[in-house]
Amino acid sequence: MTVPRIRAALYAAFTLALAMLGGTLHAAARDDVIVAIQLEPPNLDPTSGAAGAIDSVLYSNVFEGLTRFAADGSVVPGLAERWDISDDGLVYTFHLRDGVTFHDGTALDGEDVKFSLDRARSEDSTNAQKGLFAPIETVSVIDPLTVEVTLSRPTGNFLFDLAWGDAVIVAPESIATIATAPVGTGAFVFDDWRQGDRIDLVRNPDYWGETARLQRATFRFISDPRAAFAAMMAGDIDAFVGFPAPENLPQFEADPRFQVLVGTTEGETILAMNNGQPPFDDVRVRQAVVHAIDRQAIIDGAMFGLGTPIGTHFAPHNPAYVDLIALSGHDPERSRELLAEAGFPDGFTTTLKLPPPSYARRGGEIIASQLRAVGIDTEIENQEWAQWLESTFNGKNFGLTIVSHTEPMDIGIYANPDYYFQYGDPDFIALMDRLNETTDPEARTALLREAQEMIARDYVNAFLFELAIPTVAKVGLSGLWRDQPTQAVDLTAVGWDR
Amino acid sequence: MISRSFVWGAGLAATFVFAALLSLAWTPWPVDALDIPNKLQPPSPVHWFGTDHFGRDILSMIMVGARTSIAVAILAVGIGMGVGIPLGLTAAVRHGGWLDEIIMRGNDLIFAFPALVIAILITAVFGAGAVNAIIAIGIFNIPVFARLTRGAALGLWQRDFIAMARVCGKSAARISVEHILPNIASLMIVQGTIQFSLGILAEAGLSYVGLGAQPPTPSWGRMLADAQTMVAFAPHLAIFPGMAIVLSVLGLNLLGDGLRDRLDPRLRIMRA
Repeated sequence: MTVPRIRAALYAAFTLALAMLGGTLHAAARDDVIVAIQLEPPNLDPTSGAAGAIDSVLYSNVFEGLTRFAADGSVVPGLAERWDISDDGLVYTFHLRDGVTFHDGTALDGEDVKFSLDRARSEDSTNAQKGLFAPIETVSVIDPLTVEVTLSRPTGNFLFDLAWGDAVIVAPESIATIATAPVGTGAFVFDDWRQGDRIDLVRNPDYWGETARLQRATFRFISDPRAAFAAMMAGDIDAFVGFPAPENLPQFEADPRFQVLVGTTEGETILAMNNGQPPFDDVRVRQAVVHAIDRQAIIDGAMFGLGTPIGTHFAPHNPAYVDLIALSGHDPERSRELLAEAGFPDGFTTTLKLPPPSYARRGGEIIASQLRAVGIDTEIENQEWAQWLESTFNGKNFGLTIVSHTEPMDIGIYANPDYYFQYGDPDFIALMDRLNETTDPEARTALLREAQEMIARDYVNAFLFELAIPTVAKVGLSGLWRDQPTQAVDLTAVGWDR
Repeated sequence: MISRSFVWGAGLAATFVFAALLSLAWTPWPVDALDIPNKLQPPSPVHWFGTDHFGRDILSMIMVGARTSIAVAILAVGIGMGVGIPLGLTAAVRHGGWLDEIIMRGNDLIFAFPALVIAILITAVFGAGAVNAIIAIGIFNIPVFARLTRGAALGLWQRDFIAMARVCGKSAARISVEHILPNIASLMIVQGTIQFSLGILAEAGLSYVGLGAQPPTPSWGRMLADAQTMVAFAPHLAIFPGMAIVLSVLGLNLLGDGLRDRLDPRLRIMRA
């Protein structure tokens, strides 16, 4: 053989090998995905657990409600194909989709809807958002595909409320084991939960809607920012929704293997003050704390610029939002005056309890330094989530704490005097009652604005910023939600493009 | 004769002690004031070691961090010596008796756990913080000193001058304090130096996993932990605290070796 021939033969062999390799790659186009989120759900029943991680895994994937949130936050038909609302706004008639079955093969009918709603609103219900169901007076089944819900008062937000993860439809046949083996109607069937490690879902071939693109989806739980970075860089996971280390996003953006999506959430991140105990029962002290804080420094220092400043407990992308930041500008001088007026010319010492996310841990160090500048000393205590929930949230054993409230439209928590920051001003409660009875959208907006202003002027908490949610994914994976209108990692439209 | 390792070790250790003491009165920049707009600055004539993710001066942080490390390590070694040496002396007196058994088996029990695991256990149960870190590190120092003391004391109890003291009617406790202790002092100082360096490492380890000194108290271990996700674009965040840990531990070990060469009579005789 001559040299050119050898070269030609080599070239041919090389081309053939490449072609075969390409063929293999093509044949192996993936239909599974490994998605990481920060926290593992404590159980798998979205209708009784408060933990947002339950909805992250199960909302829309496994469980569905009569209505649901779309990726843009709008409320769209879910298991109810359509509905009629009586003129007085009291009677909702839901027409269910035909041919919907639960994953155990039983059919979805009106009885399941009645069961789910009655269970959620019963005396002994452990539903975390029981208030959503409070306006319901009766639920009656007209025929297997028609359910009539009668309300005791007009409730302008009722269809929105039914889209929450806490209002999903469950079946009486499988309710006993829902916490460990959830059975829903969604595009994915729950497969396996290895506690501390992963939850596996597989495609539901009998789904009523569009069949999922993925055959198998695995959720993994990584809360440590360093481990999250390492796992993503090593390619162990395909996507991370809610990536915990914002400082690493530029690295992912610069890396051709990854795509980064930064979306909005419903997470109002606040420095909560214990309004029920001195010195924070004094509005002057609360105002002093608020004026001591420089929001932009926290957004830049803790979140590397991710996040939108807020001046009240409301999402800035909501049309009803009022910009009240001017009420709580950074003004250490004013802060010291207020402290002196309140009887603390030399400041005081309080506790600052910090749950694991970096907005809290890093934000806490920044806030501690800002408060020290006006004379307020803080004893920082870093807590794990379980510890934070038990002692800070349920036990109300704190002076200050930082947390993000990710539920949509949750300003109503300020009407609950037993909620951990213990506000519950009677005027505010009356305002919320009026809001709940109002259906006219303009009147509702006006009341919502009034409510936002009331808590901002009462300096209930220090409102810091609206949490942004970064999602890091391998290039080629499409269909992930960018924004988080509700806490959910909806995989029904997710798949690989090559 | 002064060995070279003694000089190097003493020099490094003295540098860190000096930095820690100086930080009580003065640091180039304040460590409790954050300066977010100036975060993650690389080393420069203004900030010799650069700034961290909150805009704090890393040199100042390391100086104050040295104070944290040294304070924790000194107190922890103090606990180890204060409890371990009397236990070892007692065990040597009651050699072969039930008290000796109890003390030594108790030490074995503590020794059986890896040091850091005990420390994590203690801080997990009693809460994170510098005080609990000191207690935790102190506890695993106890068996080290107890064993060393007992072994050395047992040898001394066989010697003629001790027998002489007993004949004179001195009590065991008095002999332990007046004769045994001075004779094992140099051994203890050498071991103390080594334990001191291990204490610095343990403190850094505990802080790294979040169980040591809590923010805002600067600590080398936490500086490293904070740096970890940023090493790729701000390596100075990890390099300087890492160097501080390496150099201080190296210095103390060299110092320990040097001291042993100087203080151990057997080595002195061998050289002569």
